[in-house]
Amino acid sequence: MALVVARTVSVRRTLRQSPVDEPRWVQGALIASSLGFLGLFLFAPLAAVFTEALRKGLGAYLESFREPDALSAIELTLFTAAIAVPANLAFGLAASWAIAKFNFVGKSILVTLIDLPFAVSPVISGLIFVLLFGLQGWLGPWLAEQDIKIIFAVPGIVLATIFVTFPFVARELIPLMQEQGTEEEQAALLLGAGGWQTFRRVTLPNVKWALLYGVILCNARAMGEFGAVSVVSGHIRGRTNTMPLHVEILYNEYNFAAAFSVASLLTLLALFTLALKALVEWKRREEVSHALEAAAAEEGR
Amino acid sequence: MFISRLTNLISGVGLAMAMVYTVAAKADVEILNVSYDPTRELYQDFNQAFAAHWKARTGETVTIQQSHGGSSKQARAVIDGLEAHVVTLALAYDIDALYEKGKLVAKDWQKRLPHNSSPYTSTVAFVVRKGNPKKIKDWEDLVRPGISVISPNPKTSGVARWNYLAAWGYELKRTGGDEAKARDFVTRLYKNVPVLDSGARGATTTFIERGIGDVLINWENEVLLTVRELGKEKFELVVPSISILTEPPVAVVDKVVNKRGTREVAQAYLEYLYTEEGQEIAAKHFYRPRLASVAAKYAHQFPKVELFTIDEVFGGWQKAQKKHFNDGGIFDQIYKPGIQ
Amino acid sequence: MRISLKQHSVLPGFGLTLGYTMVYLGAIVLIPLSALFFKTAALSWGEFWGIISEPRVLASYRLTFGASLLAAGINAVFGFIVAWTLVRYPFPGKRLVDAAVDLPFALPTAVSGIALTAIYAPNGWIGRWLEPLGIKAAFSPLGVTIALTFIGLPFVVRTLQPALEELEPEIEEAAATLGASRSQTFRRVILPAVLPALITGFGLAFARAVGEYGSVVFISGNMPMRTEIAPLLIITKLEQYDYAGATAIAVVLLAASFLLILLINLLEWWSSRHHRKGA
Repeated sequence: MALVVARTVSVRRTLRQSPVDEPRWVQGALIASSLGFLGLFLFAPLAAVFTEALRKGLGAYLESFREPDALSAIELTLFTAAIAVPANLAFGLAASWAIAKFNFVGKSILVTLIDLPFAVSPVISGLIFVLLFGLQGWLGPWLAEQDIKIIFAVPGIVLATIFVTFPFVARELIPLMQEQGTEEEQAALLLGAGGWQTFRRVTLPNVKWALLYGVILCNARAMGEFGAVSVVSGHIRGRTNTMPLHVEILYNEYNFAAAFSVASLLTLLALFTLALKALVEWKRREEVSHALEAAAAEEGR
Repeated sequence: MFISRLTNLISGVGLAMAMVYTVAAKADVEILNVSYDPTRELYQDFNQAFAAHWKARTGETVTIQQSHGGSSKQARAVIDGLEAHVVTLALAYDIDALYEKGKLVAKDWQKRLPHNSSPYTSTVAFVVRKGNPKKIKDWEDLVRPGISVISPNPKTSGVARWNYLAAWGYELKRTGGDEAKARDFVTRLYKNVPVLDSGARGATTTFIERGIGDVLINWENEVLLTVRELGKEKFELVVPSISILTEPPVAVVDKVVNKRGTREVAQAYLEYLYTEEGQEIAAKHFYRPRLASVAAKYAHQFPKVELFTIDEVFGGWQKAQKKHFNDGGIFDQIYKPGIQ
Repeated sequence: MRISLKQHSVLPGFGLTLGYTMVYLGAIVLIPLSALFFKTAALSWGEFWGIISEPRVLASYRLTFGASLLAAGINAVFGFIVAWTLVRYPFPGKRLVDAAVDLPFALPTAVSGIALTAIYAPNGWIGRWLEPLGIKAAFSPLGVTIALTFIGLPFVVRTLQPALEELEPEIEEAAATLGASRSQTFRRVILPAVLPALITGFGLAFARAVGEYGSVVFISGNMPMRTEIAPLLIITKLEQYDYAGATAIAVVLLAASFLLILLINLLEWWSSRHHRKGA
């Protein structure tokens, strides 16, 4: 999960010229093959989504968002993300503090368990909640008696989403906090700051960009999850359909243009997320280069 | 700090939306109809008609929620706690499962409504490309070498199981009951299937949108809908000489209606399917009506076919499922390594 | 060691944060996952073995793991080239391309599946050019590989990028001064340095691909013994109300995922230690 582990390190790059020793034709060939590969696997699907969505014109495209079922799907998706992301954010902060700032036995197993949901098949992620909360499952009969609905209702969808997006914030923070060590916090404590104050004033500012990046990844995944949510949703129209599920429904109604319209909205959300991410990285780079410049100036003096 | 502000904002929005949700769930009576994939359009119309009928009769406003998906998947969701007041599925086997796995319906559920509890029927037919270039007239033509047949996966699709049984029954009838011949026929048929989509509508998309296959096997109502929705100029309906009478069943889910006190409205909902109005709506959506008067009115819509039922030829769903579709059954044996 | 222990203990909040971590991890991940194992425990070893060693199940494992491996391999090669060009060469639209690499991660799998099928089907934009060449892209094991390559792409690129950026130019220059050709430098200097990152990226792409369902079912064609992936067989078992059978297949997949992630973490841990020692 080093997905972005060393992103922090990457900022160094901007401060130096990269040596380019390959002959021009090799460079050209490499750029061409990388763009060709991305074209086949990345840009073609992206283009397909928008072409299909706009096949019946812009009017029909916009019309498909006005449908009440589509609106309720959008609303549910936003609602789910609004719960899942803060939940995993809080968890990510706690877990990274415990793991990065302290040494204890079984740490690597703990980190592996935190990563696990990343590699669990979405089908299984949904199934486990059915086994737990289903009427035939462990808690199902009791819940039914209390008239509490978990699966086939909004709580189940939220739970499955939290499961699927579980590792993202924690895994952004742990490597960075590990790298930063504990000196600054210790200094703050020595100067008489409280634990909570130290965390807020020292640790949090140090990791805020990684944190935001983790939140962005987590949010993107939360909005787009299909497999796990499909198992626990119950597919009640206008009630428990998220946007990805609504796409499938429209597709199954032979309403291809509308299906791709909603899909394109999800794609736009994804692209928006990516733009936000680029902004975050840019900010981070700028901040670090300022810091390095300041340090260099100091050295020069 | 901006992060805590962000968190506040997000949780605030969350809370507000949670409140919207609780408010939104208000109506006089609400029932949930859990159905299979190709009935969306039918029930959208029917629900409106029933709501008006119920309002006129009792003054009560009824809201009918809809859920659609693969037939077995839907049944499983109901077993696992999806609160369906009524189920309207593709095959009786799935409603049997509601009794067996969760005692959600009575054992004799199928006897509680007329006509085996299936208010409308259909049959299995073919769609071919315009002009019928491969000259497909009957089941035999589907097993010819070089014909590409599209039909979904019987392991995951209820509709596909009816397709399979229709082919088996055809050959059985033609050969005077020769099981070995029927098996060979179905084996050859599935050799011609290049894609096993997980659901019936996926198979239709493969045939129509992807342009794969010479012929699509599907229910007659779906075929007629496909031809109407997606182009008379591109596709044609072909009806085989012999086919199966598909009987999609409906049932009130006893456990749920007892708990929620909605038996009366749920029962009325299903009974309304059998009335002239209900039958008319079904016929408009290309389901064959049971009621003679409506059937006569829409006779022009449905070609004459010699139909057999699952009870006659296979001894009911339980037997058919066990013999053909369960793990290790005949469908699996067709795909044993070495045979392919 | 004693000193470091003492240093660590200066910071407060260990009990609170670890406690919260464990409770949350337990509630969201461990307890639900344990339900899977308890359901499987209803089977005897013989039954369990019988289910997971069925020819059809074995074929699906072969496809799932084989196609995932192949897709991760394709991503390792082309992902390397993509990461290399993004780090080293200037070209127009580079930032856009860089940002788009994460798209497969953010796009819902069902949408990816439908879009990929639309492109690679015999009448699709790309499929129609492959068809005359006798290449069947959609509805074949190749289609499964295409979908898995799509979803695994960001993981290889995103792990390699920082590693490539971190390479010291001085070392390459030194190698060149000492008379090494560019390809020698690449093989002897660059590749060993980024190998841990490459293996990690490969492992992540592989782990992600093994469990993938949404994007694959649309493009695979789901033919028994040929293009049926293991997660689809789980669904198939569920359709027959065979929960124990479904969980048996799931447990095998889960164990494989766990081992993969553990290996990746060990590798990361080892290479960061190695790195620190070197530095």
